[in-house]
Amino acid sequence: MSITVNKKTVDYVKEETVQALLKRLRFTFPLVIVKINGNHVPRKDFKTVTIPDHADIRVIHMISGG
Amino acid sequence: MNDDNEIKQQRQKYIATALSNKKVGIAGAGGLGSNAAIALARSGIIKFVIVDFDTIEQSNLNRQYYFLSQIGQKKVRALENNIKNINPEVSCILLQEKLMAGSMWKPFTDVDIIIEALDHAETKTQFIEEVLTHLPKIPIVAASGVAGYGQSDRIRTIKTGNLHMVYDKEALSSDEDVLLAPKVCLMANWQANIALELLLGESI
Repeated sequence: MSITVNKKTVDYVKEETVQALLKRLRFTFPLVIVKINGNHVPRKDFKTVTIPDHADIRVIHMISGG
Repeated sequence: MNDDNEIKQQRQKYIATALSNKKVGIAGAGGLGSNAAIALARSGIIKFVIVDFDTIEQSNLNRQYYFLSQIGQKKVRALENNIKNINPEVSCILLQEKLMAGSMWKPFTDVDIIIEALDHAETKTQFIEEVLTHLPKIPIVAASGVAGYGQSDRIRTIKTGNLHMVYDKEALSSDEDVLLAPKVCLMANWQANIALELLLGESI
């Protein structure tokens, strides 16, 4: 029972939301783009969307500057 | 040698023809957007949609593709002029406005590729979300972590679906670190290089 986050293996937690996962992995930076199995999850859905087992998750920080 | 030359000429002709039919959206005409647009214009892109609300200040000149004589001018207008000084055939649709949450994607509905070149993390995140939601078929090339200098080897490209992110995840934000030409231009040109690859197909 595991998921991958940015290509690293992480324990799967049943019914964990995106928000809870980000908190668990200490992604304190709030401005992130999240994809689960290639599907984009908008920030407004972080509290409701749950992570499925074996999910491949990508978390990208957006950092100011341009 | 002659054969090689002929192949190279055919390749250049193919690239020029292929790029002349493509339209590139530039969201933000600051350090990333101005430099990426110039690189793409030099490569043969002749159709742009450029969106930026800002005017040029002296402090922009350490990294943005503008000149002393252009201080006070609208960035979109000045960038168009600078591009036309390289290739007068270029036509730009210019939008001198601030992208507002909810409608940020709207200027880019008919482009072939979008360069995300905004400054604040919040704006960048919102823009990428809107493009992925409303324009899922259009590739977007974004950049995150442009502040600072050195550490070039930390920069990577992350590809996930149609999102291509030029990324230095260790970088500090521009609130905490300086913005300087070498790294900003490096990442802007990196974005342009990805755009070329997406528009032309993989290089040899």
